[in-house]
Amino acid sequence: MTSVNPEMPVTPPPSGYVPGARGAQAQDGDTSFIVELSAYSGPLDLLLALIRDEKVDIYDIPIARVAEQFLVRIRTLGLNDAADYLEMAARLLRIKAQLLLPRGDADEWEDPRAELVRRLLEYQQMREIVDVMERRADERRNQFARAYLPDEPAPPQAPLALSLSELLSAVDRVLRSVYEPNMHDVVARALDIPAAIQAIRSLLALKARLRWTDVVDNDAPPWQVLSALLGLLELARLGELRVAQPRPFANVEISRDPSDPASEAA
Amino acid sequence: MTPLAKLLEAALFASARPIPVDELAALDNDASDADINSALQEIRAHYDDEGHGVELVEIGGGWQILTRAEYTEAIERAQLAARPQRLSAAALETLAIIAYRQPIGRIEVEEIRGVNVGSVLKSLHERGLIDVVGRAEGLGRPLLYGTTPLFLEHFALRHLEELPRADELAIALRHTPVQVADAPPSEAEKAESSP
Repeated sequence: MTSVNPEMPVTPPPSGYVPGARGAQAQDGDTSFIVELSAYSGPLDLLLALIRDEKVDIYDIPIARVAEQFLVRIRTLGLNDAADYLEMAARLLRIKAQLLLPRGDADEWEDPRAELVRRLLEYQQMREIVDVMERRADERRNQFARAYLPDEPAPPQAPLALSLSELLSAVDRVLRSVYEPNMHDVVARALDIPAAIQAIRSLLALKARLRWTDVVDNDAPPWQVLSALLGLLELARLGELRVAQPRPFANVEISRDPSDPASEAA
Repeated sequence: MTPLAKLLEAALFASARPIPVDELAALDNDASDADINSALQEIRAHYDDEGHGVELVEIGGGWQILTRAEYTEAIERAQLAARPQRLSAAALETLAIIAYRQPIGRIEVEEIRGVNVGSVLKSLHERGLIDVVGRAEGLGRPLLYGTTPLFLEHFALRHLEELPRADELAIALRHTPVQVADAPPSEAEKAESSP
């Protein structure tokens, strides 16, 4: 402890805090909302753990040994945020190099480790605060408040800034887009089954066998198609003709003679 | 209980968040802050003396009715309510630094923690534990962060001053560099460093 400034209160590290311990907890399934993959929350945490493990004085850190250990740990841990750790490793090696340089005037010589020690102490103090905060958070976690939370108030509408011409053109756009309804009358068109029957009979008088397409034109209006269909069915019911369809969706075959062998076969 | 105490109890029951004293005072124009405080003490004593399952707690800059800790297990087992997730070490460290040094920018937090804290700050901001409180002067005008009332609630604090003062801690958090060693390194260090 030869190098300790007498003004600096020398205190043992706080008992509650063990470097690296909390990160390790997070690994075995602690419900932390930011998942920490490494056992240490940062290079300073790792460094403090090393200082504790090596039982060295924080005010007189054997940099060469600690730097070596630091590199070993980085390698074995496979730390995720390697950049942060590598920066610290580089810093340690630089301090080590500075310590090797010949010293001039002893009065002006500044310990290259000073800044690192300051940061370590600052970090350790912050961890102390974390311990206090964590205890309190754990106490609060064990108490429930009422769960009701009112809805967030809706943000007020932005005031409308609009010129008269913009307004008028908007109205115009809306009016133009309104669909003009196409009004038309629905006229009931009665089917004409007797006429269809007559037409089929006259066709059958000319040809013994007909096809559906002979009876109705392709572009016939629906009422004609329906009339022809109903007339055809009526004639079939009366026994004047036979209707057959060789396979689904094929053209319907109409034959005059019910005993026609072709229609029998179908 | 007095009528004022009953009124405050109803208001505290209706609210999910702690209610500050000045907001409680708005419930009754005739009540002074002293009246409010004595009514709050009355409610607290009522819950404590008669053995209620809830208690009145001063927290997060206000007052709040909370269930007593001994019933937490049973409530959670019955899945009526769930304890919030614990914060990670990274989140706690970042919060501790912000709590003591606010308003503080990302770079300063990173200097103390020695790691990148961008994603941690984002998570804490999303959880409402910290907020942007301003911008620093200088290059890029970096955002400055501070803690929120929800932070106080989360850590069962009445106000920020309830956190341990830096000089009460074993090692003081200093802004100026600590003078470490005026003398050259110890003999052990010399022996190790020499080639």
